Amino acid sequence: MRKMFMTAALGAALAAGPALAELVVPDLSYRTGPYGANGIPFSDGYQDYFTLVNERDGGVGGEKIRIAECETGYNTEKGVECYEATKDEGSLVYQPLSTGITYQLIPKTAADGIPMHTMGYGRTSAKNGAVFRNVFNYPANYWDGASHAITHILNENDGDISGRKIALVYHNSAYGKEPIRTLEELAKKHGFELMLLPVDHPGQEQKSQWLQIRREKPDNVIMWGWGVMNQVAIQEAVNIRYPMDQFIGIWWSGSENDVKAAGDGADGYKALTFHNLGDDYPLYDDMRKYVVDAGKAAGAGDQVGSVLYNRGMYAAMLAVEAIKTAQELAGTSNITSEQMRDGMEALEITEAKMAALGLPAFGPEFKVTCENHGGDGYGAVSQWDAAAGEYKLITDYYQSDQEVIGKLVAEDSAAYAEENGITPGCD
Amino acid sequence: MPDQLIFAMEVFLNGLMAGVLYALVALGFVLIFKASGIFNYAQGVMALFAALTLVGVMEGQVPFSHLVNAVLGTEIHHFGWHVPALLAIALTMLVMIALAWAVNHFVFRHLVNQEPIILFMATIGLAYFLEGLGDIMWGADIKKLDVGLPQGINTIIDEYTYNLFDYGFFIDNLDIVATLIAAVLVAGLIVFAQYTKQGRAMRAVADDHQAALSVGISLNWIWVMVWSLAGFVALVAGIVWGTKSGVQFSLSLIALKALPVLMLGGFTSIPGAIVGGLIIGVGEKLFEFLIGAPYLGGATENWFAYMLALLFLVFRPQGLFGEKIIERV
Repeated sequence: MRKMFMTAALGAALAAGPALAELVVPDLSYRTGPYGANGIPFSDGYQDYFTLVNERDGGVGGEKIRIAECETGYNTEKGVECYEATKDEGSLVYQPLSTGITYQLIPKTAADGIPMHTMGYGRTSAKNGAVFRNVFNYPANYWDGASHAITHILNENDGDISGRKIALVYHNSAYGKEPIRTLEELAKKHGFELMLLPVDHPGQEQKSQWLQIRREKPDNVIMWGWGVMNQVAIQEAVNIRYPMDQFIGIWWSGSENDVKAAGDGADGYKALTFHNLGDDYPLYDDMRKYVVDAGKAAGAGDQVGSVLYNRGMYAAMLAVEAIKTAQELAGTSNITSEQMRDGMEALEITEAKMAALGLPAFGPEFKVTCENHGGDGYGAVSQWDAAAGEYKLITDYYQSDQEVIGKLVAEDSAAYAEENGITPGCD
Repeated sequence: MPDQLIFAMEVFLNGLMAGVLYALVALGFVLIFKASGIFNYAQGVMALFAALTLVGVMEGQVPFSHLVNAVLGTEIHHFGWHVPALLAIALTMLVMIALAWAVNHFVFRHLVNQEPIILFMATIGLAYFLEGLGDIMWGADIKKLDVGLPQGINTIIDEYTYNLFDYGFFIDNLDIVATLIAAVLVAGLIVFAQYTKQGRAMRAVADDHQAALSVGISLNWIWVMVWSLAGFVALVAGIVWGTKSGVQFSLSLIALKALPVLMLGGFTSIPGAIVGGLIIGVGEKLFEFLIGAPYLGGATENWFAYMLALLFLVFRPQGLFGEKIIERV
């Protein structure tokens, strides 16, 4: 019996043949729990793009991509467990979609030599690649977002916002507090009054904050929320009849999930973004043909074109372009995580490249360097059209206030380097 | 009248309304604890499950559709009909009764006479099971719930207070409706417990399981009834909170708001849940308005609610209306 079992096992192993080279990309997703409604479309978009590249192009440089999905539940401890469980599979790059998990993984990825891409979240000063060698946050970060919101308000007020009162309604966590320093600096520069309104997790009860807004009548409200906090804030704004076109959310407060519950009242709500919207792109024809209609979608296939699906897909597209760059630099298709890091650091996204991929004008152009892991800080403003049931871009991409942000990034990254005994450098 | 006093009055009224919303959740905990001594960790998830089921029934969603489609290769997601709100509520209540039966039949019937901590652990398991079941049945996307409850500023109060104080108070219509619903619910539960045969049997079981059994009261029947009532309260809480924020999985976290209410009002008193809710609601809102926001940077509500409950625990461990437990050796 034992002999028969061993023969069968050997036969199975031979039938499987030699292990093919593959590029492993972990997906630290959250499809369950309070934030699952946001985690699902992002993860679907992220995985579907890799599947498309595998099915249509046979992988990247002839190497198939294997996705290693691990459920974090948006829980920092589980996120770290997922990292530990997948890092030895030859993982090329991590995209944890959580600022909390990102902070925990920064020293770990540095020690393990694995790059991490925290697009529009995470530690903002990781933009300084001379200190954060393995962390990338292109094309935009939180501080860019804070500046984009203020620039938009400036543009709507003929460049003068002195004396205006601007409220920040924020998730009372490390994530929600990220823009405060930038907004304080911008308040000094432009002479507006900043009003801070923290909301405790999870944000289901915000009556106090919105009563205060009703009493003190800020001219604009900026929101830094996630999950249920967004839906409740938008509903409360509708309830107190706050003008929705003066209400701007960060990109994590700007998905369809955030506005639909408030119905028509949410019409006119604005949200920042660093990528384009909808599904009117040639790439999505291929996505439907090779992935969704072929039954190979990561989810139900019903999220294609939604804001968070697009963001996940965009993150995967940037990862694939970085893999291609890394393969060129390394002269081999079967790259390591260190070579992937080099590829990310040499990544250049141009309009011609995006158009060739079937994503014309989908995101800003940018070039990554050692000194600049965060791109050039371009973003745009979108606005919710309740009747059409979609966000529409209402501005072109514009750059954040590099004078203010550059100084803050330099200060914060220098402090991190000192605390952790890092000698900044690009050699 | 000074502006600060007028604003404080508005905050006070909104605190009362918020307290009613907390009490709606706390009531479900009280019902089960009173009848069986079980601290039902799953009460928040029951509210989520009830709200998910209600939206699913109203919108004609096919339950387990992703699972069915994956197995059978079909593409069916909706039945193509829309069920009126009242009928959908009735159908959801039937689901909650079936759930109550299943919970008793498959879990708690086998745990009679176990330590309270074992029963508590069982409800933790139940919470995770129900959350997963809700996800598989109805999906994880955020759903708009509209059963016809009004939302937005009450213009009558706004105009009336504006004429009085030159400042119109904001009171949400949804909060007013929730208050009325809670009043009817509490009155109904008190009448049920005091004046019906089943209610008296429930109280008998709550007082002494053994004595109730000895006079022929079926423990199984009472527990199914109590879990059904808690399911009904969960459905009401799910409707109100789901209307407020959309039906989504964070709805289960409303249980966090009920805990200080229970600590303050007592785990065994229905009026205690209401009074506790009102005290917590008013206390946290006024504290935030007078001290939290101006001096402490804000976001003090959760902290204050639990601090207040802790103070009550120290001086009155059974809560305001809870039964004092005296065990003689």
